[in-house]
Amino acid sequence: MKPIILQGHERSLTQIVFNFEGDLLFSASKDSVVNAWFTSNGERLGTFGGIKGDGGHNGTVWTVAVDSQTRFLITGAADNTMKLWEISTGKCLFTWDFLTAVKRVAWNEEDDTILSITEQRSGQPSIIRIYKINRDEPTQQTTTPITTMTLSGSKATVALWTPLSEYILTGHESGKVAKYDVKSGEEVNYIDDAHSGEITDIQGSPDGTYFITSSKDKTARIFDSETLEEMKVFPTETPLNSACIAPLRPYIILGGGQDAMSVTTTSQRAGKFESRFWHKLFEEEVGRVKGHFGPINTLAVHPQGKAYASGAEDGFVRVHWFDESYFRSRPFGDLEPEVEV
Amino acid sequence: MSEIEKIDGFTEEEQLDFEAELQEGFTEIEERYAVDTQQGFENVLVMDNIPVIDESKKQKLIDRLRQLFAKAGAPIEEENISMPWDDKAATNKGFIFLTYPDAQQAENALRALDGASFGKSTLYVNRFGDIERYANLPVGEGELPTGWREKPYVEKDHLRSWLGDSAGRDQYLTFRDQDVSIWWNGRNGTAEPVKVDGKPLKNNKWGELYLQWSPLGTYLSSLHRVGVALWSGPKLDGTIGVNVLRFTHPGVRLIQFSPCENYLVTWSEEPLDNFENSPNAALRETFGPEDEGNQFVIWDIKAQRVLRTFPADKPIQGEDGPQQVAWPSFKWSPDDAYIAKCNVGTGIAVYELPGMGLMDKKSIKIEGVQNFEWCPMSEKDFAARKAGKGKECSFVYWTPEAQNQPARVSIMSIPSRNILRAKNLFNVTDCKFYWQNQGDFLCVKVDRHARKAKSKKATFCNLELFRVREKDYPVEVIEFKDYVPQFAWEPQGSRFAIVSSNDPNYGQGIPGVVVKYNIDFYQLDQKKGDFIPIKHLDSKIANTLVWSPRGRHIVLATIGSSQKFDVEFWDLDFVVDERRETSEPGANVTMLASGEHYGITDIAWDPSGRYLTTHASSWRSSPEPGFCIWDFKGQQLVHQPMDRFKQFLWRPRPPTLLSKDQIKKVRKELKEFSRTFDEEDAAEENRGSAEKLAQRQRDISEWNAWRARNNKKLEERRSELGKAKKVVKEDHKDDERVEEIVEEMIDETEEVVVG
Repeated sequence: MKPIILQGHERSLTQIVFNFEGDLLFSASKDSVVNAWFTSNGERLGTFGGIKGDGGHNGTVWTVAVDSQTRFLITGAADNTMKLWEISTGKCLFTWDFLTAVKRVAWNEEDDTILSITEQRSGQPSIIRIYKINRDEPTQQTTTPITTMTLSGSKATVALWTPLSEYILTGHESGKVAKYDVKSGEEVNYIDDAHSGEITDIQGSPDGTYFITSSKDKTARIFDSETLEEMKVFPTETPLNSACIAPLRPYIILGGGQDAMSVTTTSQRAGKFESRFWHKLFEEEVGRVKGHFGPINTLAVHPQGKAYASGAEDGFVRVHWFDESYFRSRPFGDLEPEVEV
Repeated sequence: MSEIEKIDGFTEEEQLDFEAELQEGFTEIEERYAVDTQQGFENVLVMDNIPVIDESKKQKLIDRLRQLFAKAGAPIEEENISMPWDDKAATNKGFIFLTYPDAQQAENALRALDGASFGKSTLYVNRFGDIERYANLPVGEGELPTGWREKPYVEKDHLRSWLGDSAGRDQYLTFRDQDVSIWWNGRNGTAEPVKVDGKPLKNNKWGELYLQWSPLGTYLSSLHRVGVALWSGPKLDGTIGVNVLRFTHPGVRLIQFSPCENYLVTWSEEPLDNFENSPNAALRETFGPEDEGNQFVIWDIKAQRVLRTFPADKPIQGEDGPQQVAWPSFKWSPDDAYIAKCNVGTGIAVYELPGMGLMDKKSIKIEGVQNFEWCPMSEKDFAARKAGKGKECSFVYWTPEAQNQPARVSIMSIPSRNILRAKNLFNVTDCKFYWQNQGDFLCVKVDRHARKAKSKKATFCNLELFRVREKDYPVEVIEFKDYVPQFAWEPQGSRFAIVSSNDPNYGQGIPGVVVKYNIDFYQLDQKKGDFIPIKHLDSKIANTLVWSPRGRHIVLATIGSSQKFDVEFWDLDFVVDERRETSEPGANVTMLASGEHYGITDIAWDPSGRYLTTHASSWRSSPEPGFCIWDFKGQQLVHQPMDRFKQFLWRPRPPTLLSKDQIKKVRKELKEFSRTFDEEDAAEENRGSAEKLAQRQRDISEWNAWRARNNKKLEERRSELGKAKKVVKEDHKDDERVEEIVEEMIDETEEVVVG
């Protein structure tokens, strides 16, 4: 499994995503640029923003989301803006302005609605806003959200749509996991102590019926999207920054490492900067992939389960195409069930 | 009442009245004529335990008794002796009344006659009033005497049941975050949770501070903010006061068991308060006003009571930095008979158990004494002690140089206080004592400084080796030019290993510098009777020596370094060819294997010497907490990194009950024995994998059921909302496009690889 190393960012990665077909990868970074890459060979397709970019972000890009048709890109950044981009041209189509940084964005299933989470800072509460996206005239967007959820308790750090776009699932700084009704904006379900530390990532299963969260409390957990019931726990020995569920095979991938602050004082080995593969059903670690020399900040998996990519504090993205043996392996041994994973 | 006879001439009514009157009247009469036994009988004594005789001997007995009384100075007339008679048995009732003329004479007689012997029996004399008083104590009417507490008898669960494991496995305890688990250590590192009634043994109270096994493994002690709890029995739980013993000591931090598990020493950072008015009954009853301000408590474990409390040592003056407690402060003799404490500079206080009184009512005065250590006892010594023979206990202590007086190491026997052996030493900075665990040898490691050096910083080292079992305790001296930071006797053996270093970086604590050590093995030469070096290992990085509890095997480990985490397994009797007798003593010292445990902070052998664990505790801020289990050959069986891992403890075992002959027999018929065990092992292995398989099967079916349920729900909701199934929609696209791309990708990837 020889990785393709994507070198194009000057600072650490914040979020990476595959497009629906898995041929492109979008990477957001603290250097205020979003890059698009061909996943097959690691060639850079283009950038969104940048030093000379027109209408680019002017600060850390915290989050990036691509629609399922690979037409539009949504980004959120520390310059208190959220932007809509046309992928084919790299042009910024629209900019929303906020009072605080945008920490997370996500498209719904139908590609017609997005969510954004703004940071809690300088007296401003953390707010989740839902916007309708005008796909026909993309430069004409409304700045009035259809729903606003102002969070009074612990701020939300990550969020995800449920399969039918009726609800969103959020992960909070306190370790809480909650479920909000998109129409009413009300919290319909929550677990206060889902994790004992900040939730750093939330990613859905291929069909969205369950999701995985990663946390600074060094565990990743799988929850039922419907009931928020905890299904599986994966305890590791390092703070986790990201987790994703591999389609086709019964694995999950976890990434993390020592806090960025204390990285310089520890050896690469002590930092535990590997991606970890765990068996989703048996809750057993099955393997590790080394390579980064900083903590892994973000993980993404190819929607068809053919590859995965990791973006790290070291500024590199590593795309790994799975070997034949990965698909031939028998993760259930002799049990060989008809598991739909 | 209807039984009462009908009296003529009375109506029924009158009769009822009469009856009522009678009822009342009796109590009144009874009260009025009640005999007050406490007054007016001061001159009457009751004598118990006199021989039971029949009529024929009555006169003779009375005569003999009168003789005795007269002799004792309390003569009595015959008519004043009253002997109650049992008519049925035609004998006396075994006691007599003695009526003296007045109370004074009765008192005199009581003192003179009580406990007097009459023939073979002892006579007991009591005041008549006392007998009545104590016989009529208001018992059973809810008015129990103060201090009495109802305690139903509860049978103790077997304290050593874990030794009865059919596979002879050892137990160990792991402590992670707040969770404490106890495991059976199976073959090749397979662990099985210790179960009670089918459920893994769990107790959420254990995770409060830290845990410790008692020296023979009987009790698990858990420390809490309010005190210590000892847990025993197969469940390590049970009735309080029976299988769970509690010792209240607020703020307790350190505990120490006596070697035979009879007593316990606890130390708290907080001095005891005056608990007289404490709302906590346990504190009020446990400690008295005289315990106020004390920090050490000595407990009797079985009686669950305080034997004595002691104040803390005065802090050592002059040294800056946080004050450190020298633990153990109190040291137990190996037979639990004495506990001693060194009062630095003045003497050693030896207390006798269980009374906890100072031996001979005064401590042993030893000018300048710095430290001492009890001599351990072997099984043989214990057996000899039981048979009434055997030596006294003894300890070794040292005193530093004073004016015109050399430093001196002495061995003193207790309780006789004889000096068994003393040796003078010069230019001494510090002494450390190392007893071989059977008490056969003693090594005094003497850190010495140059003769005319201004600072008393130790620069080199002597080993003074006492052969304690031989006559006059012969001493051999081995001189070193280097520091010797580690010394270790082979348990049950006559070999020892030392770590020495002449590395200039030693003791400097420079980060990133790996200090080099030399390791030497010595052996007692049976013919000459002195210790000779058998193997020298140069430039090692290992700084810790851990002998197997059975001897022969030793592990050299690097602990406390930030770069090196080596673990080396050595065998001192490794024989390749059984037939060839090697003449050189050190030829069989062989390294079996070496490994590495990243972040290691502690190392421990299991009680049988078959397994070794290395663990990394988050308390010592290890970069990777967790533990490893190795077999004695150095093969790693388990590597378990665990976040927030704190403690790993093997459960100790009491000494074997097999006699020497039985052990010999086992050795001889090892092949026979091992065959049955091999079979069991094979069966075990099969069962283990079957269990795992079943567990996985369960996991899978649960997962399937859950997924099926969820998918159905999703589909239903989807059709309700009239939304198209996204998966299908996308699948179309996939089929066309993705396949194409995949082909391209493979080609391109290959180019990249070639390029």
